[in-house]
Amino acid sequence: MSDAEARAERLAVTFTVNGVEKTVETLPMKRLLDVLREDLALTGTKEGCGEGECGACSVFVDGRLVNSCLIPALQVEGSRVDTIEGLARGGELHAVQRAFLEAGGAQCGICTPGMVLAAVDVLRKHPNPTDEQVREGLAGNLCRCTGYMKIFDSVMTAALAIASRDGEGAA
Amino acid sequence: MGRTVGTSAPRKEGVDKVTGAARYVDDLVMDGMIHGVTVRSRVAHGRITGIRFDPGFPWDEIVVVTAADIPGRNMVTMIEEDQPFLAADLIKHPEEPVVLLAHADRDLVIEAAKHVHIEVEELPAIFSIDDGLAADVRLFKDDNVLKRFLIEKGDVDAAFAEPGLVVVEGEYETGAQEQLYLEAMGMIAVAAPGKGVTVWGSLQCPYYVHKALKPLFGLGDGEVRVIQAVTGGGFGGKEEYPSLIAGHAALLSWKAGGVPVKVIYDRAEDMVATTKRHPSRTRIRTAVKPDGELVAMDVVFDIDGGAYATLSAVVLSRGAIHAAGPYRCPNSRIHARAVATNHPPHGAFRGFGAPQSCFAYERHMERVAEAVGLSSVAIRRKNLLGPGDLTATSQVVEDQIDFPALLDQALEASDFEAKRAAFAKHNADPASHTRKGIGVATFYHGGGFTGSGEVHLASVVGVEALRGGRARVLAASTEIGQGTNTIFSQIASDALGVPYEWVEVAAPDTGRVPNSGPTVASRTCMVVGKLVQDAAGAVVTTLRKAGLLGEEHTPEQLAAAVDSYLERFGELRTFSQYKPPAGIVWDDKTYRGAAYAAYGWAAYVAEVEVDLVTYEPHLRGFWAVQDIGTVINPLLAAGQVEGGVTQAIGWALFEEVRWREGRMINNQLTNYIIPTAADVPPIHVAFAPVPFAHGPSGAKGVGELPMDGPAPAIVNAIEDALGIDVRRVPALPEVVMEAVLAKRAAAGEVQHV
Amino acid sequence: MRSYLPAFACKAPASLDEALVTLASEPGKWTPLAGGTDLMVLFESGKLPPGHFLSLWKLPELRGIEVTDDAITLGALTTYAEVREHATVAFELPMLAAAARESGAIAIQGRGTLGGNIMNASPAADSPPALVAYDAEIELVRASGARWVRYRDFHTGYKVMDRAPDEILRRIRIPRRDPGQHWVHFYRKVGTRRFQAITKVGIAAIGRVEGGVARDVRVAFTSVAPTVLAAARTEAALEGQAFGPGLVAAARAATRADVTPIDDIRSTERYRHQVAENLADSFVHALFAQKA
Ligand SMILES: Cc1cc2nc3c(=O)[nH]c(=O)nc-3n(C[C@H](O)[C@H](O)[C@H](O)COP(=O)(O)OP(=O)(O)OC[C@H]3O[C@@H](n4cnc5c(N)ncnc54)[C@H](O)[C@@H]3O)c2cc1C
Ligand code: FES
Ligand code: FES
Repeated sequence: MSDAEARAERLAVTFTVNGVEKTVETLPMKRLLDVLREDLALTGTKEGCGEGECGACSVFVDGRLVNSCLIPALQVEGSRVDTIEGLARGGELHAVQRAFLEAGGAQCGICTPGMVLAAVDVLRKHPNPTDEQVREGLAGNLCRCTGYMKIFDSVMTAALAIASRDGEGAA
Repeated sequence: MGRTVGTSAPRKEGVDKVTGAARYVDDLVMDGMIHGVTVRSRVAHGRITGIRFDPGFPWDEIVVVTAADIPGRNMVTMIEEDQPFLAADLIKHPEEPVVLLAHADRDLVIEAAKHVHIEVEELPAIFSIDDGLAADVRLFKDDNVLKRFLIEKGDVDAAFAEPGLVVVEGEYETGAQEQLYLEAMGMIAVAAPGKGVTVWGSLQCPYYVHKALKPLFGLGDGEVRVIQAVTGGGFGGKEEYPSLIAGHAALLSWKAGGVPVKVIYDRAEDMVATTKRHPSRTRIRTAVKPDGELVAMDVVFDIDGGAYATLSAVVLSRGAIHAAGPYRCPNSRIHARAVATNHPPHGAFRGFGAPQSCFAYERHMERVAEAVGLSSVAIRRKNLLGPGDLTATSQVVEDQIDFPALLDQALEASDFEAKRAAFAKHNADPASHTRKGIGVATFYHGGGFTGSGEVHLASVVGVEALRGGRARVLAASTEIGQGTNTIFSQIASDALGVPYEWVEVAAPDTGRVPNSGPTVASRTCMVVGKLVQDAAGAVVTTLRKAGLLGEEHTPEQLAAAVDSYLERFGELRTFSQYKPPAGIVWDDKTYRGAAYAAYGWAAYVAEVEVDLVTYEPHLRGFWAVQDIGTVINPLLAAGQVEGGVTQAIGWALFEEVRWREGRMINNQLTNYIIPTAADVPPIHVAFAPVPFAHGPSGAKGVGELPMDGPAPAIVNAIEDALGIDVRRVPALPEVVMEAVLAKRAAAGEVQHV
Repeated sequence: MRSYLPAFACKAPASLDEALVTLASEPGKWTPLAGGTDLMVLFESGKLPPGHFLSLWKLPELRGIEVTDDAITLGALTTYAEVREHATVAFELPMLAAAARESGAIAIQGRGTLGGNIMNASPAADSPPALVAYDAEIELVRASGARWVRYRDFHTGYKVMDRAPDEILRRIRIPRRDPGQHWVHFYRKVGTRRFQAITKVGIAAIGRVEGGVARDVRVAFTSVAPTVLAAARTEAALEGQAFGPGLVAAARAATRADVTPIDDIRSTERYRHQVAENLADSFVHALFAQKA
């Protein structure tokens, strides 16, 4: 501290979180992860490493899956941020969340919020994914508990559920 | 009422986990909470000569704790009492905690920690098993042997002297492994003189922490309370170290006058400072008849315990007991030592020493097979244990296991024999850029504490009946992802005859639940689960005795009975305490007898394809067949196996702890490499259940077994692919390359490197 | 332990001009910050020195992929995800697309930029070898003007490059190749695992075969030298030569002479040497396999 000549000034950053506009007073380089967890009490986004490797902190920023531990607060000014807390709508679980329950995709659960969002991202890009697409799409989300098999099953279960629901919707 | 045992009942706390609502320790915020950090030694061995605080910091605002501030005993209560909470004088390993700081401003206190300097007069340090044994530097008693076991059966020396036997020798090594639960460790404490100590945290064993905190503050049972927060994985890693962190957070709070103090490790600190799997070296000498029948095994099993005794004795014990493998061998001698070094203490990690010795004996079986000209399968089939046979501790195998049939199931599922033949053809093709191989391992793993351990623990579980026939299980066994809450609810609901949804499991809190023992050693389902069943059964018995319930009942009848009981007596809680199954005899002095009440048995097969350009072994398939007794919840059990197999894949192929002067230098996820979703092969899990008479509904343990066999199965497959004999894990591409080049050089091919 | 947050000043200029004026005002004071996937890792591990950071992330002037008749030009802020999603890039620059696909994993690809990858100057970065092999040029801009540099010449030593303190990287231009010719693109990343992996050895190589001999060969390696390596000896050994065991041996020997790998936390000097040679060998086979 004593050797640092730089002095950051707090600034107001405004962005939408799960559809609601929020303004936080923060230091500019504070990690989005900490802003969500500490300033907005959205603790569903987890920290597993703080170095972009594990994906526990995954959120969507402007529709892209990103690691919130690597994003300085000032860079989300005007952005749209979506977290695990915004996935279930009106008390109803998202198909991917239901599939994780059904197929055993969560064990200790610490990777789960990030993993669920990564799975949502896979299914947005590939509604009917191949095994390889699932593996590649989830490769940035480490899980130490499950060995991934039940997570793959969860993604496939969700894909089917979404397809049959959409099918019904179209019919 | 339909039984829920045997069905894949949904995870109890599942909804909270998939929605992000589950509260882990770092998610908890308390009024007035401040943040604690730990200042650690940089050197491996030395005497503290002073602690210097850089000027320019508001030190008067920061809570500072050193060993001098400890109100009680500065000693972590474990097996041996030799590890301090804070080093006072002597430093025995890198990253040993020395000073604690706390402040409301987390950024400030983290920065302050960089400005505390521990001045040390360095002493010579040792980092290998051999240097430990040489004992030129004394770390523990005279010989640096933290613990030693000798397990003998028959007459090994006489057996080796018999004529006509083939003798095979080998030495095998395994590296340290980081548990890498994805939630780093953390604790919150509130502590003050007169008010006692309460901690919330990420932990596996609430009563271990409880036991460690009492002497630290000189407090009694009722003055210390330990509550488990939702815990993001443990795998053994949160068995002993949480006691230190709880102590640290509590010391800070104590000094700060009782404000809540939160200590959360970041990943780098968690990896560099906390325990890992013990590195090991195993030397095996085997005498075998020309037809492949094992006659004698002489095993020297050494592990690096690190600077303090912690749990090394029990890790060593389990590793040693399993070290002769699941084979019939009339004469065996296992000499096992845990050796002190200046590494941070190694500790509990899924498998508890057994994966280390299993890697050695299952690689060694390939050498034995080669020596007598048998196949990998034939040598095992010939020697596998069966009912009535004696293990290395002279325990009679009681499980009615048909091990050869279990092996066949794995071979068939993986199409083993056909693949061996097809791969041999593929590998002979000079145009191919890969080499393929398939390997097998057979092994077993004891459930519960070793020997008399369960008797000493004398675990207790309670069940509390609530209005409307609802019930709450009271146990200190923790949910760390493996499914404790779910299987306890299944077992209790069946025993009560009520729906699964009616049962809940109380959050482990030493102020509220009895001590059901630690959540380790594959004991939660088999041992504690049985107590849950008995305690729940006692509720029914009590209601019957009170004349409120008939011989048969519906859930509604039970609900009515409970309601009348509660009206009459106020509360209904039943407890059940561990009693050893009859006929279990164990001698702690000779290490002979029934080491475990029951074993899990398994045959695993790995298929690899090695890239000849990069020497990377790619796993193409994995088959895991096992007997874990009755399967309480197939989905959770398969999840346990898949998770264990994947951790073992990491240990076998990727995970190398790199040390410099006793300190882990790759303590980041970018260079400590665990498998991602793209690195695991399809894992095929099958169960071949043989119910265990003394387990709940016939269940045994599953947690650790899947960690044991994959590494040797994988390295055996690499040997099948390339004809190289790799004797250590991880078998990194660099290791495979060196073996391939050495083999080519031996064959007289030109060499560049 | 992380760096001291209050000592990190950061601002986000509204335009490229404003950014350049800021940089010029006190050259060296402000450090550009793009996607943050390198800088924020350093911040978290306490290795980023405190200072002043200039966020480029929302500058439109540094974004976008432009395709003209003779070149494909990518803004410095082009993310890996954008590289992967661009059809012309995927078709004409498959090695760059492969580098993007294999860099980190999805979430990193949504944020990490080509400009950051170049300017971070890691000797193990994945897009630089592809850029070298594709004869890329980069444009550096400052308040007083802009200049183009041949990328092959840009990195001059470990983390040393031809950049003035007030310059930022604006865009990357890659000449398009004659579609009438048949090019072999050979890209291979050998990392510590399949994704989320730092490269231990990597190659990007391109060439074509005309009249039975190799033409216009470019070979670049990563993680075997202090900078991305343009493997001039390997290129020379192949140029104008016909396939044969002698050529394979010559290419291997040239690669052995080109690379100067070291032992580090991820791999060994011996492994890198051997695998670099094997990769050169594979490239020679791939190059001529097309014409066979
Ligand atoms: C988990 C993880 C995995 C990764 N995997 C890979 C991988 O597989 N391969 C790989 O190559 N890299 C990898 N990286 C590194 C990183 O993602 C890339 O280098 C990325 O391209 C950096 O871009 P950025 O925009 O995020 O850079 P930043 O962190 O914003 O900046 C990096 C450097 O470039 C400078 N800079 C950025 N933009 C400009 C500009 N326009 N002009 C001047 N200077 C500029 C900055 O000052 C800084 O010094 C990984 C990183 C992480 C965290
Ligand atoms: S915490 Fe962000 S990737 Fe691990
Ligand atoms: S469920 Fe524990 S890390 Fe994935």
